Amino acid sequence: MATLAPAGTSEPVAPSGDNCVLSFEDVSIAFEEPVLNGVSFKLYHGENKVLLGAAGTGKTLILKLALGLLKPDAGRITVLNDEITSMREQDLYGVRRNLGIVFQESALFDSLNVEENVAYRLIEETGKITDDIHNRVLEVLRFVELEQTWPSFPSELSGGMRRRVAIARAIITQPEVLLYDSPTGGLDPVTSNTIIELVVKQRDVYKTSSLLVTHRLQDAFTMASHYFDREQNKMMPVPAGKALDVHTTFIILRDGHIIFEGTATELLRSRDPYIREYLS
Amino acid sequence: MPVFSLVEFAKSQVVKVQEYVLLAWRSLLNLFGRPRYFADTIMQADLIGVGSLPIVILTGFFTGAVLALQTSNTLEQFGSLSLTGQLVSFSMVRELGPVLTGLMVAGRNASGMASELGSMKVTEQIDAMRAMGVDPTKKLVTPRVMSCTVMLFFLSIISDLVGLAGGWTIAFFMLGLDSNQYWTTAYQSLRFADVFMGLSKPVVFGFIIASIGCYYGLSAKGGTQGVGRATTQAMVAASVLIVVSDLFITKFLMGVFPT
Repeated sequence: MATLAPAGTSEPVAPSGDNCVLSFEDVSIAFEEPVLNGVSFKLYHGENKVLLGAAGTGKTLILKLALGLLKPDAGRITVLNDEITSMREQDLYGVRRNLGIVFQESALFDSLNVEENVAYRLIEETGKITDDIHNRVLEVLRFVELEQTWPSFPSELSGGMRRRVAIARAIITQPEVLLYDSPTGGLDPVTSNTIIELVVKQRDVYKTSSLLVTHRLQDAFTMASHYFDREQNKMMPVPAGKALDVHTTFIILRDGHIIFEGTATELLRSRDPYIREYLS
Repeated sequence: MPVFSLVEFAKSQVVKVQEYVLLAWRSLLNLFGRPRYFADTIMQADLIGVGSLPIVILTGFFTGAVLALQTSNTLEQFGSLSLTGQLVSFSMVRELGPVLTGLMVAGRNASGMASELGSMKVTEQIDAMRAMGVDPTKKLVTPRVMSCTVMLFFLSIISDLVGLAGGWTIAFFMLGLDSNQYWTTAYQSLRFADVFMGLSKPVVFGFIIASIGCYYGLSAKGGTQGVGRATTQAMVAASVLIVVSDLFITKFLMGVFPT
């Protein structure tokens, strides 16, 4: 795993005051079997957490719980100071407008073109695509480097392009928290790197808090070891020895519990046999 | 292998009924809140109403025609062939027009809604909609329920009319009845209760078709196979509910308007 080690330092995010944007307190949920069992963590403003774990450990479930798409059996979930576990579905729509999510399979509306997909939230408010909305769509599509695709339909795009359109849709309203559900799943390494670069760009340019689920350790370590250079307009490795906080921490789930929470450096130093095996 | 539990099965069925009732109730409540998706409602009305017109016309016409043909032998035995118009109008307006139109639209649209919403459900588009702060019951269910209810009302009227025309075709060309006699008996035999019954049924049927189609679509799980299953179940459930509710509506209205 030496090649995956972060080149620069990745210091723990120091929470300042009560700037927590998302918190899980002793959250449990079961279907046929318990999936999450007493999960607690906090996501602070500007922080990025990478959720790791084997398949079926409840990573995607955490994102759905954070959005209020599912209710936990026990525990409290607070999003942007709203305790969502006791909220009615109708009241949750207001909270969700401050969150953005990129689904595993993009979940673009296949009957709408790229522009209508990206502008979906804005069209809901205005009822039509105005010039302002069109320009905003082009702006976010430019961010994901897909400006020319706005009249295309999702079926005309490749998997990687759909994922980038999904990112554009998630960030068009500049939400305070972004949730990424395996944004690189099923993509080739080059396209995966492009997606991770966009995630890092969003993190470093807009300072958005995010929760990212991934199976790919390489993506997680890339996030922890790179920053977005605005002058060169590309992702660069953090120079060795340079104290640059990339605001990225890791959570590892196992059997419904969090078995690790910390920085990339701490993760690599972990003596836990399961984590050693997971990283190898 | 898990043992089949009657209690668990009963519980799951009760939960399904509860979910359906809640969805149907919410689809009506949404009419009184914002946002209202007027454009979506019109688009659905076009898809359901205009799109179903050919099958409704064909079904209505041939049902009226075969009704006249089948009953002509019996009526002739009693020397009452002149009552063909009355019999066709009575049967079409009170019963066959709304029920057959309902069944045709259920076959075409309940399954269509279930497959469309089911596909959206299994590809996480419904979750994406909810995640973006949009209520799928307002955006997807209420426009379909509204447009289906309204359009089935008008489709039933069209079905009644073309059914009468079908009966006339047989009565005039094959039975040798006078046109004037056919249309006069057809028209004069209808009372307010008959027309009321014929027009109230499609409203209920339209609501059933759309709410059942949407319910099965939104409950779909298990990928494309699940969508296929939801589509079939929606059509079967809507058709059965139409026939069952027809009996109760008929009985109820016969009590309200005694002969």
